[in-house]
Amino acid sequence: MANLGRIARRGGLYSVLGAFAFFGAFPFYWMVIAAFKRDHDLFSPMNNPFLFNEPPTLDHLRTLFFETHFTAYLVNTLLVGLAVVAITLATAVPAAYALARWAKGWGETLGIGLFLTYLVPPTILFIPLSRFASFFGLQESLWSLILVYPTFTIPFCTWLLMGFFKTIPKDIEEQAMIDGLSRFGAMAKVVLPLAISGILTVVVFAFTLSMHEFIYALTFISVSVKKTVSIGVPTELVRGDVFQWGPLMAGALIASLPVAVVYTFFLDRFVAGFTMGAVK
Amino acid sequence: MNLPGRTDPASGTARGGILDRQGVLAKLLIAPAVLYIAAMIGAPFVLAVLYSLSDATTGDPGLRLVGLQNFRAALADPVFRLSLRNTFVFTLLSQTIVIVLSRMLATALLKPFRGKGLVRFLVLLPWTAPISLGTIGWLWMFDSIFSPIDWILRYAGLLGAKDSLLGFQTNLYWLGVPGLSMASVILVQVWRILPLATVIQLAGLSSIPKDLIEAAEVDGASPWRRTLMITIPLTLPIISIAFLFGVVFTFTDLVVVYVLTRGGPVHMTQVLSSWTFFKGIEGGDLAQGAAISLFMFPVLAAVAVFILRTARRTEVV
Repeated sequence: MANLGRIARRGGLYSVLGAFAFFGAFPFYWMVIAAFKRDHDLFSPMNNPFLFNEPPTLDHLRTLFFETHFTAYLVNTLLVGLAVVAITLATAVPAAYALARWAKGWGETLGIGLFLTYLVPPTILFIPLSRFASFFGLQESLWSLILVYPTFTIPFCTWLLMGFFKTIPKDIEEQAMIDGLSRFGAMAKVVLPLAISGILTVVVFAFTLSMHEFIYALTFISVSVKKTVSIGVPTELVRGDVFQWGPLMAGALIASLPVAVVYTFFLDRFVAGFTMGAVK
Repeated sequence: MNLPGRTDPASGTARGGILDRQGVLAKLLIAPAVLYIAAMIGAPFVLAVLYSLSDATTGDPGLRLVGLQNFRAALADPVFRLSLRNTFVFTLLSQTIVIVLSRMLATALLKPFRGKGLVRFLVLLPWTAPISLGTIGWLWMFDSIFSPIDWILRYAGLLGAKDSLLGFQTNLYWLGVPGLSMASVILVQVWRILPLATVIQLAGLSSIPKDLIEAAEVDGASPWRRTLMITIPLTLPIISIAFLFGVVFTFTDLVVVYVLTRGGPVHMTQVLSSWTFFKGIEGGDLAQGAAISLFMFPVLAAVAVFILRTARRTEVV
């Protein structure tokens, strides 16, 4: 009897998990199918849409890489991502360190102020920022994205790093200063190497958040070769009014999977960062 | 770099001096981040408020203040009123579903089972992959002719024959019919936020002290009672945090609506953020766009207050 109950509970658990995994992943399975399916097979309503009724093909990948600007989107995304990572590290690391070490009074207020900036979303800022971009002649330039993306990476990464720095005991720096390092030297030579996993997390997030970003890129960039993947794929792989479903799905899949794999390993830290330690 | 404190070998006796210089160093370290935020969030926010009180357009972006005219015009516009309603329906419905489902999923994920890494990867995919690209997958799934959902319904005999339950037409036109298009964007938003809420709830559930549950078990409390009297009250702050962040991300976002329907059919899925974009950027009416986007602000401010209060309470717990 007890055994039967156990089996039933196991079965229940696996069906719940299976249903959720199916729900989460099905659109991506759907991309895989479309990316390798012949057009004739893809566009026959009577064919079973879940299987390859005709042999798979690499035609869509060829179209994607040689007849569209997909490689340019990937390069643009990479350039913007790396530049945003650099700006974020240069500003968030020192700020987080200072807030973690000297967060009394105004430091704490400042920390909450940083947090509140999440609540002024891109949908309120994109209209004035589009005017900034045109005022500085940065429309249709990747520089507009490079300068704007840190508005969401800096607050987030500062919060995340504050948590990391707080876990490093002050004694270590004090010891280093007694050994003759300056205050700044103690930070740069002793604390930063200890916070390396936090800094790596920040690199991953600044990059993935830039890659995910949609609204600013949609607003600032309309020239095809300047687009990033997150807007290039949805807006450009359309001929006239007709979606090129095969290449479109191939592009979405290729750009999604690598970043998803990396992100998965860091998601817990992401949550810890933006809920500002409310979740422990 | 010639930073304060550089030449000063720290010693216990010069304590006041060091603290003084630490203050300077602290300000120097924080300044770049604060200046960046002030220039790129503070200034544009002020400009958004000014635009909303002016008659600026993309063609003529000069600031001539016209008072509250834009807000009055927005409130008189039926499309705006529809967007406002849609935004609330879209946000509240999707986030309520997310909270229920994420609770189920988090409870299941806490149990030991084989293949956890793979299941975790699959259920997190909608959040970890770029959202505009994931939504493109859904666009193809909602295709008016080749939708696999319609195919299954036809296969099961529920659609496409004379006496079928869902009608004789061969397709449901997910994104082309008023009620169904709203259901579609809500479904995709649920899909997208669910992983985030799940991870937050997981953190909350695993922070409950095990001995508390065991003590209740020993006292003979049923699983239902344990959930109702212990787990839910203890994780309530976490549940609200998950809900509030879901609300922020949904209330202000336009990706799902933009990619799937562009607000259509006839504005039936138009939300404040997408309407801001169409009016302010595509339509070139900066003043109207700014005014529409600022209608989001009171809700966001209220959510911010709630989040801060909840977070403070959690720290006490």
